[in-house]
Amino acid sequence: MKVGLFIPCYIDAIYPEAGIATLELLERFGVEIVYPLNQTCCGQPMANEGDQQHSAAAEQLFVNNFREFDYIVGPAGSCVKHVKYHLDAIPQDPDVLHVRERTYELVEFLHDILKVEAFPWAYFRYKVGLHNSCSSIRGLGIARSSEIMGTPFNKSAKLLQMVEGLELVPMDRPDECCGFGGTFCVTDEAVSASMGIDKVHDYLRHDAEFVVSPDMSCLMHQQGIARKAGIHLKFLHIAQVLNGGPF
Amino acid sequence: MEDDKKVDVAAQAAAFLAQDEVHEPMHDKNLWAARMKRDAAAREVPEWETLRQLASQIKEHTLTHLLQYLTEFEKNATSRGAKVYWARDAAEHNQHVWDILREKNISSVIKSKSMLQEECGMTAFLENRGITVTESDLGERIQQLDDQPPSHIVMPAIHKTREDVAQLFARNIGTDPANTDPHYLTEAMRNDARKRFLEAGAGMTGANFAIAETGSFVVCTNEGNADIGASVPPVHIASIGIEKLLPKVKDLGIFIRLLSRSALGTLATQYTSHFSGPRKGGELHIILTDNGRSKRLGMPEFWTSLKCIRCGACMNTCPVYRRSGGLAYGATYSGPIGIILDPTFDESKYSELPYHSSLCGSCTEVCPVKINISDQILQWRKVMAAKKYLPAARRLAFGTAGKIFEHPQLFRSAETMASGALKFTPNFLLYNRVLNPWGRHRELPHFAGQTFREWYLQYKAKNNEHGT
Repeated sequence: MKVGLFIPCYIDAIYPEAGIATLELLERFGVEIVYPLNQTCCGQPMANEGDQQHSAAAEQLFVNNFREFDYIVGPAGSCVKHVKYHLDAIPQDPDVLHVRERTYELVEFLHDILKVEAFPWAYFRYKVGLHNSCSSIRGLGIARSSEIMGTPFNKSAKLLQMVEGLELVPMDRPDECCGFGGTFCVTDEAVSASMGIDKVHDYLRHDAEFVVSPDMSCLMHQQGIARKAGIHLKFLHIAQVLNGGPF
Repeated sequence: MEDDKKVDVAAQAAAFLAQDEVHEPMHDKNLWAARMKRDAAAREVPEWETLRQLASQIKEHTLTHLLQYLTEFEKNATSRGAKVYWARDAAEHNQHVWDILREKNISSVIKSKSMLQEECGMTAFLENRGITVTESDLGERIQQLDDQPPSHIVMPAIHKTREDVAQLFARNIGTDPANTDPHYLTEAMRNDARKRFLEAGAGMTGANFAIAETGSFVVCTNEGNADIGASVPPVHIASIGIEKLLPKVKDLGIFIRLLSRSALGTLATQYTSHFSGPRKGGELHIILTDNGRSKRLGMPEFWTSLKCIRCGACMNTCPVYRRSGGLAYGATYSGPIGIILDPTFDESKYSELPYHSSLCGSCTEVCPVKINISDQILQWRKVMAAKKYLPAARRLAFGTAGKIFEHPQLFRSAETMASGALKFTPNFLLYNRVLNPWGRHRELPHFAGQTFREWYLQYKAKNNEHGT
């Protein structure tokens, strides 16, 4: 199994430790993993604005970088959701379709493809608030969203519960959007910030010490909110917890 | 005429948030409570997801056979003694109403809640012609007295506090401004409305569902106001959007089970009234109204928005709507459903609405008739971008970003600049100074000393040294 590692641009520049943890974690499971050096962005920021014209080149580059792999794995729900469901600014040739079908978010890859059952190296003795991003839940289905009736499931929670010492805290609005929303967070700053503040206070009400998410972009926004408000919460990508670092 | 200036929904939402520490938290809390009640009610129905699926299929079937069902409805309603009119648009709808009233010399109308009449700007049209129009739904009456449109399709005055209502009633119907007890205020309004019901020459309603098989229609309310309006005055005029059709009576059960549970978390509305022809000695006029619906039906990406049964669940669940207030949208329909309906009336005026969403997708999943609302919001952004409705600065910013992401070398140098000279600025991330309000409520992210790519190159080199 040859796996291409998709590291979104903001993880590359701001949260490299999330990328490092992802790579180390997959290598621990014996996955042959390659990071294509020419990757930039999947095109999501432009496509989310509705700007197909300017997302096309980024999308084509993404496909060129990853078409040779059996699987493409990225530690970012919203970027993976874009690739899987919205990478449509370019003609849908067989390479594009292959890439779209074979791209997985890290949690679903660990849970559905590798069928991981333990992280014996991981130890995390803290109270954790889990933030499954909207893209991960309602886009990729890594958890059943609260709107849908039926037996609940939550793949991120299931993986985190395998980590020794880790305690997941409940939340009042577990899958309410935190207000990041890509460019929304700047074009609709007031509403976005209000949503973020409410989200951060939900963690606080339940004594969370860490916030853990498969989507670092939401956490970038939440972390910014918490810091500005002088709230001491720590934010980590789920790969860092499952891999036991780097922190 | 409507003002066609572009609605700046983000600024209006910001103003709603900034007005005080009371309104937005209350609005958010009350609507979230409605969502929680909806969840609890839906959980009690084991076949909930099947009902949604069936409702969606029935609506899609009906919409794709609309001519057949409308014709059937007209025939059956007529044979029951109703008079059926067709209205292509708001102007024709309002003209029909005016013609009916004029012929009967009616100068006063009592109406129940109707989003279609709202769409048509009917009240203003009639008032300009000397007709007194009174809203009988409590929330709608509050909004009418305050000269505001409804801010929510089910709870029109949900953005107001009890104190707001007490002040408003004190000014208009002479209540005690210090008494904010809802029972007191409701009672006062009820007494004020009663004489208006008795005086009205015509009662107007909308319809939640119209049944082709029987030519009857159904109005759902919690206050019984539509029933009095349709029963006391001698003339009943019902405005029905052509998308309200259902083929058979038996289909209705599915929708009745979904509607009120989705809207307010109650098993059914207090009143589910079936109107099957005029009552003895009375008249029933039905105005089947298009007003843009046929056009929408012809839009491949957006036609399923016609499935909407106006429950408001998407508004209750929407974290953006809850923090914005419905009036911020500056349109008849607000919240997620408004974002996808309003541009079909005026693309330019409502071109900013599709951006007033974090695309979280909750609306799609809560929708009882499975409209892919969130996908349609994104689809509308594509329309707006392609038609150059986006502000130029924003378009340029994304043009630049697109260029940077196209070329790996440019991307590397942009990254280096960001993490070096502009170390703690978010410009790399946000692409442009235009998109700069990040820092108002947020600290800037810190750029790492070493990018992942740099780490990876070292890591690979080290592994190669060790012969792995």
